[in-house]
This record gives sequence, structure tokens and C-alpha cells, in this order.
Amino acid sequence: MEKIRCECGHENPIGTKLCGVCGRALTEEEQQNKLADMRYDGIAIRSKTHNKSIIDKVWNFFSSVKVGITLIILNLLAASIGTILPQEFYIDASTEAAKKIYYEDIYGSFGSLYYNLGLSDIYSSWWFQILVLMLGVSIIIASIDRGVPLHKNLKNQRVKRHFNFMKRQRIFAEGQTTAQQDNTLGQVEEKLKKMRYNVRREGNALMAEKNRFARYGPYINHVGLIVFLIAVMLRLIPGFHVDESIWVAEGEMRAVPGMEGFFIYNDDFLLETHDNQAQGEQLKQGVNVVAKNFQTDAILYKQAEGSLPGQTDNLEEVLKEQIRVNHPMKYDGYAFYQMDYSLNELYKMKFALTNKETGASLGDVVIDLTNPEKTYDLGDGVRVDILSYVPDFSGFKNGQPQTATPAPNNPAFIFRMTTPETPEGETSFVAIKQTLEPLGETKYKMAFQNIETRDKTGLTIRKDSTIPFLFVGGFIFMLGVVIGSYWAHRRIWVEELEDGTIRLAAHTNKNWFGIKKELDVLTEAAHLPAYIDQVDLEKEKEKEGDTAL
Amino acid sequence: MSLIEVSDKLLYVAFMCYLVATFLFGGAIKPTKANEPRRANKWGKLAIAITIVGFLSHLGYFITRWMYTGHAPMSNMFEFTTGFAMFLVLSFIIIYFMYKVAALGVVALPIAILIIGYAAMFPSETSPLVPSLQSDFLAVHVITAALGQSILAISAVAGIVYLLKAVDTKQKSKERFWFETVMFVCVLVIGFVLASITFSSMGVERTYQYTNSEGAVTVATYNMPTIFLFEGAVQVEKEDGNMYAETAEQNLGFVELPPLFDSRQFTIVTWSIIFGTILYGLLRLIGRRSITEMIQPLVKRVDLTLVDEIGYRSVLIGFPVFTLGALIFAMMWAQIAWGRYWGWDPKEVWALITWLFYAAFLHLRLSKGWEGKKSAWLAIVGFAIVMFNLVAVNLIIAGLHSYA
Repeated sequence: MEKIRCECGHENPIGTKLCGVCGRALTEEEQQNKLADMRYDGIAIRSKTHNKSIIDKVWNFFSSVKVGITLIILNLLAASIGTILPQEFYIDASTEAAKKIYYEDIYGSFGSLYYNLGLSDIYSSWWFQILVLMLGVSIIIASIDRGVPLHKNLKNQRVKRHFNFMKRQRIFAEGQTTAQQDNTLGQVEEKLKKMRYNVRREGNALMAEKNRFARYGPYINHVGLIVFLIAVMLRLIPGFHVDESIWVAEGEMRAVPGMEGFFIYNDDFLLETHDNQAQGEQLKQGVNVVAKNFQTDAILYKQAEGSLPGQTDNLEEVLKEQIRVNHPMKYDGYAFYQMDYSLNELYKMKFALTNKETGASLGDVVIDLTNPEKTYDLGDGVRVDILSYVPDFSGFKNGQPQTATPAPNNPAFIFRMTTPETPEGETSFVAIKQTLEPLGETKYKMAFQNIETRDKTGLTIRKDSTIPFLFVGGFIFMLGVVIGSYWAHRRIWVEELEDGTIRLAAHTNKNWFGIKKELDVLTEAAHLPAYIDQVDLEKEKEKEGDTAL
Repeated sequence: MSLIEVSDKLLYVAFMCYLVATFLFGGAIKPTKANEPRRANKWGKLAIAITIVGFLSHLGYFITRWMYTGHAPMSNMFEFTTGFAMFLVLSFIIIYFMYKVAALGVVALPIAILIIGYAAMFPSETSPLVPSLQSDFLAVHVITAALGQSILAISAVAGIVYLLKAVDTKQKSKERFWFETVMFVCVLVIGFVLASITFSSMGVERTYQYTNSEGAVTVATYNMPTIFLFEGAVQVEKEDGNMYAETAEQNLGFVELPPLFDSRQFTIVTWSIIFGTILYGLLRLIGRRSITEMIQPLVKRVDLTLVDEIGYRSVLIGFPVFTLGALIFAMMWAQIAWGRYWGWDPKEVWALITWLFYAAFLHLRLSKGWEGKKSAWLAIVGFAIVMFNLVAVNLIIAGLHSYA
């Protein structure tokens, strides 16, 4: 690779602005500038030196800060578009057709457009994910592009810098000491060491530096972001992520989906409310009472070793806990969240087999609506058979009762009642508030007695093995951002010329106010010539120009 | 006196202190012909002392309310907004002691006053927490996020001070126009407060029953005279329990809007604009100058380079705090409460947008050299995003965070 040779003899890579050793300006543009470009200490970044192959071109594209910022803004805009209307996962519609109708109905033609453009599910769209991915790539490439040469440069700093470098620093001083003294550099060194600078001396030159690690903050936080993004992508790998839902009624035992060999038992579901009225937004959202607590008393069971799938007669209790919002039950990386509930679901129905004329009962039949038996034998030749049962009766089709859902919202039965009086059996269709006798009038009827209800709890079972990685990513990011924000890399160069003139230059990557305060102390203690802030000076010149106009 | 009454009184004291301190800061930087640094310094010391007294009283409000309700008073619009104003004053005090620039006080304290005034227009009753808010993370997440936002807001304060001095008011320019617009928006907030106070003293309260966009029958209460109304709404009166009856007299406003649009908010915004514009017109008539020109003399002696640096520094200090509170703690809580650390809820998305915006701010400043005016404008836009997240996302975009 080509090199530029500096007057001091050091060979710098093409594209270097300031010589890595002495700090002389190497490009013509840089020589013209009043102040040195200290952004990356004048190093040659890879993207400025290679521009031949396709890889170089891609590299250069992603390493550009302009591209990076554009990607940030594009991500920002895309994310905000997704908040104009509620996203699909927050609306009450499950099928594509239902969603389409929902957006059309509620938001009119704008909603329709929003849905058709895919904006209603923007965050899972391929183009949004590509935008995020591109930002990730940009972070990686831009960090390597600048971080590596900057690190090399900071590691190999020489104490003595060229006059050209010193005078083009924002803070610069040149002149005689304000008091007669020997060993000015010694005094400077002592004072700076007290201010916790690392001081190096080389002949008549001195360089003091503190908090160099602050320069690495941005690169550390970028590493954290990348770890975080990779952790998010890990979710896509099977096994890293379990997300299942389950409804469990009180007194019910159910196999836990996504968790082989485990069963969960709902001992009790509890809904407590505050005794005050809803107000404001709660009213608007149709909340009438303010809930205080949703709670499931759950017991988690595990099958014994070597059981068959679904076998429930050899369960061992592993955990008994109250699952509440904000207090999930945790076991072996899995967590059970209280997500939903349904109160007073129909559970058991009780009928009495009754003689229509006399009203005498031959006995009661209690039917478990989730698990009805085929035959209820009441003894002495009295029995009731369930010929057909539908949990959520919706009408007849081809003479058969139909069900809308598998949940027992509107149960209906076809009974065959057999008694000594009617040994052939009588058939009757019974639904809530409705009785039909399709095969002729019957002597007996199934008289409804009462109904038992129970509550159901909606639990979500999640296992997210990506969490530790996310945590690590987040931690590294915070560490980097704190290092980069709360510390400033400060450097002070001092040189004592043969005639006793003191030359001083200082640089910090941020918080000039802070370094100036330190320099004020130093200047006074070591009787140095007063420094000037060349940025302030420029501004004042501009102003004078203004008034002259 | 009960704890909650003490709490309300303390908030009032804080409000008055900020008001007094604003004028004292104004005195501290009043441009005098002869240089009188000693006197100016005295004014400044008094101003910051009153500010600190106000902040302590504000903190007293916060603590007593916390003791009374048993949870961090950051759970509804009134509480969060008041808390945000408190953290804004705290951030200002910290920055003041770092840089001792009195001009910041003349901008920061009025903003805090406006925010408290805005908060006071929301119902301040205490309410118990819904289950998802019953967590120690309420305090940890919301307080850190609000603190981060308030430090970031100081950069907008610095930005306003910077532009006040840097914008040339003599010549017509886009810059001059937009800066006056920022001032106008501040006056609109006063307009909102004035409208609320005026109509509540007149006892305006109307309840309407209407069918919302989801097809459910619901009610809305207006505290300002109806301008916009939900399509097909009828004015009702509350009977016992949750029953409503149609009133004999029907005030149905002037414009009916489909239920998709929140006519109540539209009405409030319209009244605020009417009151604010009248006030703005009056101010300009009396002052015979733009608002910018009226307050410009206050910042005459400000060091632009220093103010620019303060703006940048407050973003540097606020950004990590904001990230921790609004994103990291938020994700941790979401994981515990809802079982997913991220759900693209509007409030979450807007926190992410704020974060991305300030990330862009930092990159522009570091690599593209966006300093001075550009940086000041960016800081103001950032504050607008923070305010949008606080006001609009809570009131307009319904989501999991619309508790208030």
C-alpha cells in the first residue's frame, strides 16, 4: 500500500490528515485549516483509503456516518408510522379477513390503505427488519473502520509534537512564563500529576493525558448494541423461545403446552377489585371497576420418570404458587404469566328426571359439561343416555344440532330417558329455555334444577433463553455509553523552547469548559503564558465583521 | 390537615417559588450599562436559593403524596407531569452549579411553571393501582425515565437561550419565523390553562353519551363549551349508579365528527388556540414587538460557545439515564409484568424514537460538526418529541400506557 512520508520521517497510510508521530498536517486541505481536524486524531480511516473492489464499496457505504444517521432517521420514521393506528396484534380480530374488515370499518379508507400497505403489521414486515439489520451492519463496519486505526494511533502517541500541530489546536498558548523560575516543565508535571494526568516527558517536551478509555466508549456501546441485536435474532432459532397460552378452569388439571411431562392444576382463581369508581381513561376504555388483583392459585406437577405421555396418575407436585400480574410463577427457565380470565363459566348442569303429569322425580342427573358421560344409570331400570351433546348450540343442520365453539356457552343435549314405564325410551332435545320432542310427546322430562359455574384463568407460558444475552448486550451498551458520556479524554502538550518560550496546546473530545478550568489552575500554578481558545476568537472576529457591515 | 392537603400546599409553594425565582434570575442577568458583577451575583445567588427552596417544597409534595397513596406518585397524567417538572428543576439546579449561567433559569423555570400549570388541569385525585402497575418497577422505571427526559430537556433550554441570542430579529428569516413559532406554542400552553380556569370557574360541565368507534356506548364529559361533538351524541345527566338520562336542554356544539376522532380533545385544543392566540395578540399589541424581541435583551451577555456546550453536555448526561430508565428498566418490567420485554406498544415505540433521535443528535454533532444553531434546533425538536410522547401518546394514541 502506498504511504505518505512526513517531514519527520514517519510513513503514514494514504488518507492520513495528521502525521501519526509529530502531528504535522499532511494533506493540502488540512494545511489550509486554521484548526486541526482532531475527530479521529487525523488518522486514515479504511473507508477513505480503499475504494476499488465491490467489498470496498460496500464497506465504504456502511462505514459512512452520513449513511448511519440516515438509517437511524429511517428507522425512527418507520417506527413512528406504526403508531398512527393500532397494530394488528392489539386489535380484536384473528383472521386476515377480519382484520381487513376491522381497519376498513373503524378507520375508513385510510384504515384500508394502512392495512393494504402492510403498515398495520409494520414491525414484522421484511423491509422494516432489513432497515434494522442495515443499521446493525452500519454500526459494526463504522466501528471497525474508525476504532481500529484510532486505537493504534492512541497507543503510539509521541510526546513531542510539531509546531504546526500545536498551533492548530483549539487551545493554544505561546510566550514567556509570567514569573522568573527554573524548571517550568517540572512544575507543570507536578501540578498535572496532582490532577491525575499521566505525564510523559521527552527532552524539552511534555505530554499529559487522562481518561483515554473514554475514547473507547462509543465502540463499547456499539458492541453492546450488536450483542443485543444478535440476541433478538436468536429467538428465531427453535428451542430458544417458547410462547404458549392455556386456559385452565378451577379444579382442572391440564398438560402444559411447550413443557413436556408437566401438568398444571388451577386450585382457585381470584379477582379482587378496588371499591372506587373508574375515572378518566379507564372510563373511556370501558373499565367499570378498578381491578386490584388477578390471581391463580396454581400447582405444577411433573410426571414420574418413564411415564407415558398424558398419563396423569403418577404426578409429583413440584411447585405450588400464587400467580399474579407482576409475579409470574417460575420453574426451570419457564415462567407462567397471569394474562387473562373468564368468570362464571358453565361447569355442571343438574337435571331431575320428572314425570310430567305427577311431577314426581325419579332422581337427579349431574352433567359435567366439559366431560359428560354417555349414560347415567339411576338404578331400578331408570337410566338417561346422552345421544348427542353440543357445548355451544347454534342451530340444526340436517337434523343434527351444531356447535359454534367448543366452549360450553350454550349447552344442548339429546337425551333418551328410559324408565320402567317407558322401557322403549323417550327422546327429548333440551337446550337452555328450549325443549323439543322430535319423536312424539314424552311422558317424562329432564327438568332443569341448577347450574354450577367456575372461573377460568388464562395463563401464558414463556421460556426465553435469549434473556441472558439481551442482558449482557444491554449491560455492555450502558457501560460504553456511560464511559463515553461521563468521561472526557484530555491531552495537554507543553514544550519549552531554548529561549525559554513556553508553548502549550490542549485537546479534549468534549467538555471544553472542564479542561479550561484545569488549565486555569495549571497556568496560575506554573506561571504559564495565558492560553487562547481559538474557537471563541473566531466567533468574535465574525461578530466584528457583522458590526462593520 | 391530612397528608394529601399538605402535599397540595407544598406543590403550591413550589409553584410560587419558581415564579419568584424566574424574576430574580431575570434581575441577575439584567443588562446594566455599567458592569455591576457584584450586584448581579447577589441576585443570582438569591434566585438559585429560592429555586432550591421551591425544589425542596416540590420534593416535599412528592414524598408526602407517596406516603399518602403508598405508591410512587407517577401513575397518572397529573402526577407524572408534576413529577417531570420537579426533575426538570432538579436538572436545572445541577447544571446551574456546573456552569453558573443565570440565563438558563429565565427559560428553564418558566417551562417548569408551564408544565405544572398544565398538570394542574388534570384531575389530581389519587387512585389505586391496577395490577400491572403494582410493582417496585413503577418507581424505578418511571422516575429514571422522567429524570433522563428532564436532563435532555435542559439541552432544549440551552438551545432556546442560544437561539434567542443568535437569531437575528432585525431581518426576516425562516429562523426568526420558527423561533417565534416556538414562543407562540408556549403561549398556547398558557392559553390552555387560561381556558381551563375560565370555564371551570363558570362551572361548565356537560356529559354526552355516544357510540365509540368500536361500537360500544360510552360517555364523555366536557369541561369546556362544546365546539366539536361525537356523531349522534346526546347530552345526558348521571342518575344513580352507572345510569344516564337524557337532559331536557341539549347543547350539541357546532360540528359533529365521526367517533374515530376525539371531539372532546378537539374542543379543548380549539379553545386553547383561541385563548392562546388572543393572549399572544394582546402581548404583541402591548409590547409592540415579537415575543422573541421582548425577551431577547435578557440573554444579551450570554456566552454562545458556553451555552452550546451546556446543551451538548446535558444530552451527554441525560442520554445514558434516559436509556436506562425508558428502555432498559422498561424492558425488565415488561418482561416481568407481561412476559415480553418489548411489545411495540405506542409508548414503547415513542421512547425508542426519542432514543434514536438523540442518538442521531450525538452522531451529527460528533461527525458532521453540527454545533451552534443546528444543534440548538435539534435540541428543541428533541424536547418536542419528549413532550409528544408525554401528551399526545397518552391522550390520543390509546395503548397499554394510557392509565391517566
